[in-house]
Amino acid sequence: MTPARAPRPRTRSRRMRHFFTILGHEIRMLLVNASTYIAAVLFLFVMGFIFTLLLNTYSQAPQETAPAYDFFRLFWLPVFILVPLMTMKSVSEERRLGTLETLLTTPVTTTEVVLGKYGAVYFLYLLFWGSTGGLFYILHRFASDPRLVDPGTLFGGYLYVAVSGLFFVALGVFASALARNQAVAAVLTLVLLIVLIFGVRLTLDLPLLQLEALRPARAALDSAQVFQHLDDFSRGIIDTRHLLFYFTGTALTLILTILGVEAKLLHH
Amino acid sequence: MSPPEPADAPPTIEVEHLVKTYSGIAAVNDVSFTVRRGEIVGLLGPNGAGKSTTMRILTGFLPATSGVVRICGIPVASRTDEAKRHIGYMAENNPLPEDMRINEYLHYRGRLKEIPREKLHVRLDEVLELCDLKRIRHRIIGKLSKGMRQRIGIAESILAEPEVIIMDEPTIGLDPHQILIVRDLIGGLRGRMSVVISSHILPEIEMTCDRVLIINGGRIVAAGTPAELRREVLGLTHYEVELAGDLDALPAALAAVEATLVVEASQAADGGGFHRLTLTTRREEDLGEALLQALAARAYRVRSLARAQPTLEDVFLAATKRSWDVVDAPGRRDSRRRSARGG
Repeated sequence: MTPARAPRPRTRSRRMRHFFTILGHEIRMLLVNASTYIAAVLFLFVMGFIFTLLLNTYSQAPQETAPAYDFFRLFWLPVFILVPLMTMKSVSEERRLGTLETLLTTPVTTTEVVLGKYGAVYFLYLLFWGSTGGLFYILHRFASDPRLVDPGTLFGGYLYVAVSGLFFVALGVFASALARNQAVAAVLTLVLLIVLIFGVRLTLDLPLLQLEALRPARAALDSAQVFQHLDDFSRGIIDTRHLLFYFTGTALTLILTILGVEAKLLHH
Repeated sequence: MSPPEPADAPPTIEVEHLVKTYSGIAAVNDVSFTVRRGEIVGLLGPNGAGKSTTMRILTGFLPATSGVVRICGIPVASRTDEAKRHIGYMAENNPLPEDMRINEYLHYRGRLKEIPREKLHVRLDEVLELCDLKRIRHRIIGKLSKGMRQRIGIAESILAEPEVIIMDEPTIGLDPHQILIVRDLIGGLRGRMSVVISSHILPEIEMTCDRVLIINGGRIVAAGTPAELRREVLGLTHYEVELAGDLDALPAALAAVEATLVVEASQAADGGGFHRLTLTTRREEDLGEALLQALAARAYRVRSLARAQPTLEDVFLAATKRSWDVVDAPGRRDSRRRSARGG
């Protein structure tokens, strides 16, 4: 029998190398895919349309808030379209084609694969949202009133998009890991996002939650109100509880995704 | 063609009492075998026999319920990542990303297999040349024929020069010309890498493999070289003879040639008075000439005589049938396990 070879040192950098290889590959594949550009054009068209409508409103009558505030209040609309479209292929397509099997027979772990795919979609998500900065640049360049571009609201809005995007994209990758069919993954992502963004607010209106005994549950749900978080960020309030909500939500969802992929493999 | 290393060479694959169950149903049931360095071993079995499950466990993709698998001495269950560095795997149906170019895909896989960047380009050129993919290296994988895709799968599995190559049905769905190319590619690995391939195409296994493991119902039911299997599973040597003469006196004439030579089956005489007979004997040496002389001396008219060459298909059918009949006979199971080890 061959004597066992001396184990190679499993350093952190060695593990991270696989992550960056997968991340680079996934980003490249997204950037050479025509559907990415179609999604980008549609996204910019919708965002440009919303922005034009807002400017039209502001040109007709003075408003109490800056355009950026109202612009980010509608963040859910592109999120509902973008996140399911970008994440639905990530894991489900690999499993459907069987390439996940060959990928996992190389010295990479499920964690590296999931994080690599997640990172690539999140990068693209940020890139799409970053491109809307052009709209505010145009406003800043051509508007006569400098108050129309409030840097604080703008920074808060983009920071909120970046932080909340961590959780939203994680939910999409999670749904993609559960479903073998891309369409099912997209619908599941949409449902999860609707529950997270609107479901909490609707649940708070339930008469049952007005009971004194359920006060802790009401408080917990109250702190999970996405629009409340956005308001705080837009006003420049960076509440660590909000950050914790999105970071823990992201971490838990990604852990469940990794476990889900491994469980599916076990019962292959 | 380089021969596999000698029998005392350390094995690169060791499988001991491997069991895999799904919801209480055993897909792989107490399988044990070893593969030496440089040896090509074929895994043969009907659909659902447990071939693919065994291969997936060998690669570390699936965990076993119980048992031990070692690749180059490394236990796969406890040091999966390390064991994976010694394995090249081509999965069933060879799944490939449709929208990548060949060289992009192989480069990506090379990076994942931790081939140093400075060596990767050289190695990529070698592998593309070996698998005859150099001319089409910039083509999109999704637009390639099945044969080309299989070659990409083989190129990918040998890219990192692993000690062990595992291929699940590498020739499935290929035309005869493509099968020849893939067979040559696999044959070219003999002596350098240990190769385990599964196939339904029995002549394919017979031509490519040094040793065959027949698996059925999750168990190894026969193991050895094709010649050993014929001897072990079928046992008797068969002769087909067409002759005319007194059939009643024939057993005595046959006994004079070889004591164990008997008539197993006979057909009625045709228009010319010739009977077609099947003779069997335990003797392995060729009795053809002695038989012809003995029959001629006893005034039999012989029109044809041929030693029947059972194919691997006959062996496979007999072995799988036997496994259904006597699957739990303890004595046979022990001897089967002994024969599976080491070849």
